[in-house]
Amino acid sequence: MQLRVEHISKRFAPVQALADVSLEFPSGSVTALLGENGAGKSTLVRIINGEHLPDSGQVLLHDQPLSLHSPADARRAGIRVIPQEPEIVPYVSVAENVYIGALSRRAGRFFDRAALRRRIAEDLARLGFERVLDPDTPGKDLTPAQRQLVEILRALTTEAKVIAFDEPTSSLSEQEVEALFDLIRRLRGEGLAIIYVSHRLGEIFQIADRVAVLRDGALVGVVPATETDEGRVVRMMVGRDLTAMFARPHVATDRVVLSVDNVTTDDVTDVSLQVRAGEVVALAGLVGAGRSELCRALAGDLPIRSGTVSIDGVATPIRHTWEAIDAGIAYAPEERKAQALLLSRPVRDNIVISVLERLQRFRFVRAGAERALASRYVERLRIRTPSIEHEVRKLSGGNQQKVVLARWLARDPKVLILDEPTRGIDVGAKAEIYHIIADLAQAGMAILVVSSELPEVLGLADRIVVMQNGRVTGELSRADASEEAILALAMADDMTR
Amino acid sequence: MTAALRRIGAQNLSLLGALIAVLALFGYLNPDYLSWSNVRVIGNTVTLAGLLAVAQTAVIICGGIDISVGSQVGLAAIVSAMTFAETGDGLANGSAVAAIAVAIVVGAACGVINGVIIVYGRVNAIIATLAMLAAYKGVAQLLSGGQAVGYLQGDDLFIFIVRGSVVGIPTMVWIMLAIALAVHVLLKMTDIGRNIYALGGNATAARLAGININKYLIAVYAMVGMVAAITGIILAARSGSAHPTAGSEGLELKAITAAFLGGCAIAGGRGGIGGTLLAVLLLGALENGLTVEGVNPFWQNVAQGALLVAAVVIQQRRTGDRAVGLPS
Repeated sequence: MQLRVEHISKRFAPVQALADVSLEFPSGSVTALLGENGAGKSTLVRIINGEHLPDSGQVLLHDQPLSLHSPADARRAGIRVIPQEPEIVPYVSVAENVYIGALSRRAGRFFDRAALRRRIAEDLARLGFERVLDPDTPGKDLTPAQRQLVEILRALTTEAKVIAFDEPTSSLSEQEVEALFDLIRRLRGEGLAIIYVSHRLGEIFQIADRVAVLRDGALVGVVPATETDEGRVVRMMVGRDLTAMFARPHVATDRVVLSVDNVTTDDVTDVSLQVRAGEVVALAGLVGAGRSELCRALAGDLPIRSGTVSIDGVATPIRHTWEAIDAGIAYAPEERKAQALLLSRPVRDNIVISVLERLQRFRFVRAGAERALASRYVERLRIRTPSIEHEVRKLSGGNQQKVVLARWLARDPKVLILDEPTRGIDVGAKAEIYHIIADLAQAGMAILVVSSELPEVLGLADRIVVMQNGRVTGELSRADASEEAILALAMADDMTR
Repeated sequence: MTAALRRIGAQNLSLLGALIAVLALFGYLNPDYLSWSNVRVIGNTVTLAGLLAVAQTAVIICGGIDISVGSQVGLAAIVSAMTFAETGDGLANGSAVAAIAVAIVVGAACGVINGVIIVYGRVNAIIATLAMLAAYKGVAQLLSGGQAVGYLQGDDLFIFIVRGSVVGIPTMVWIMLAIALAVHVLLKMTDIGRNIYALGGNATAARLAGININKYLIAVYAMVGMVAAITGIILAARSGSAHPTAGSEGLELKAITAAFLGGCAIAGGRGGIGGTLLAVLLLGALENGLTVEGVNPFWQNVAQGALLVAAVVIQQRRTGDRAVGLPS
């Protein structure tokens, strides 16, 4: 028995992130850690990595309790976490990145380049990486897969007994995923305890020996991978029936509100699509298909090179964000925190930013009207915040997303574009967002949703437009849509090639 | 009561506490320190740094910084003195109004140039204004031949600005307070100010919310240039002559010091005129007190630097997110 956590609990102010979780990670075995966003997977990994101290409970390695106060402590104990996005020093070579902090030296503190080269060559050969990783490549030129390999090398060149992978495949191609799995199997064969955090179920069954499921901070159960299937795991994760979340009246009309005709930008080519009043259209496709770039162009954030965008049948030039907004297009971007929120400003500021023009008299913002408007939307979207003066960064992801929605609803747009509206938010908040979308559609808004989660695409949409490599490859009605049909269109090129 | 305290903010309260402590300490050590005439002296000396600090606060809030203000002050001073000389007969009897107007236009132009370089050249604000610090100083030296220019003391308007007073308070202090109040109202009560805070807090979010962030940035730098010009005019009128490097001998750094001491975040989006003014006053009161007590002026610099370090350390330890200095 290698790594064990016992009765771990952790609370972040209002949120019980982990509640009395006890779990074993045996050596020579891959244990998958599953759960919805916010279920506590990351918190558990961070506790094992010494980034968080548990409120109670302990981490044991070989039955010895560990005192983990920092990642350095975890590393000394032989625990390594491979993060989703490894920290890579951009302007130094792979070799220096791998041995960062323990570079080869001679004659005191002089850097020994020759010894470093020998070391990296040996390690690359030993691990079978010599063909995929050139030790001289500067960090900034590495692909996401190579960056992870560097991080794995960092782990393996020290004495690692436990390696945790946090969503390792999110930015990897299929071949790279296969190579990573081969490596993980080899590490397992060498007797390491592997923790594998992911929400991609298909992968889990390819690589994991055991599946541990967390929900709302508590351990739901641990089962051998061979004794369960995707459906059962999903039920363990969600604890409720998924289809009920999407139940809504379908009220699409025939009146076209947004019409995109032959639009070409730097990232997408000759895209045409329509969204009607009361209709929810989902843009499906793989990451990099150009969906977000299309949305940003429609929001005036990226230049449209040719083609026309019409709102209510009127061709509308969109050269700046304010032109899109004035035309009635609202855009809630993919990266809530980086692209939408003023994190250290109050909820009120974040909501009214889109309508300040309307709240001012002689350029003075009318404080009463402002507070009334913010309060109205906090109530309407049920944003859980102590007050409208609360800083937005202290809210949960779901409530932050509702603040972004409130901002745009305050402008009463004709077209609402939502880019990954439920990314990183918990199931309960997801259901509420779906509910809001349903209400808006019923009120006659035209809604375009980008989502990479197929169940969400299938559940939400009246119609699905699929993109690949910057082009629309097909359109599916609600009746014809299935995961297979969407994927076939999303990978159409690769299949014909 | 607590709501009122929260509105003032922890930062401002600690500044106020420090100011009261400094005033009490030197008042106790020297009874003349708190006399009306000495308070007027403090007021006069903090005016110039105060003006620049107010402008600097606005630009730091929108995520920028203007290191070139000192050179803009010198350039505006030279231009105003030359205009005054040009419109009069040699050195006297020129048009003070023309001198002021031309200087302010030149200041605004400097600011627009800074803004355009930063926005359309996509240059980091520190680098851009560092370059323009040298460039504007050079222009001022070229115009003046490196010499002090003009004689402004004969004009009634200039005399009123630098020596006059209204209800017992020096005119230049009034000017500073009026500009500070105007900028404060702009920042806190208008949609323009709210957009400036939004731009500094998250430029991408501001752009996606439909704010023309380029226009805002250029306008804010232009505003800084105009305030720098006013500072230059006062500086020249006070000493009677304009010197091309008059503003770039520590004044601009004092203004930036005050802005950070007053609670501005270097990343933007945070800070206010109230905190900056308190910080300016604190620095001025400290400097004057040390002078009154006959402390070696070199030690005064040390005291000022130590104050900023202490303030920023407290601020960073409370809110900071820097990777450097975390336990390994």
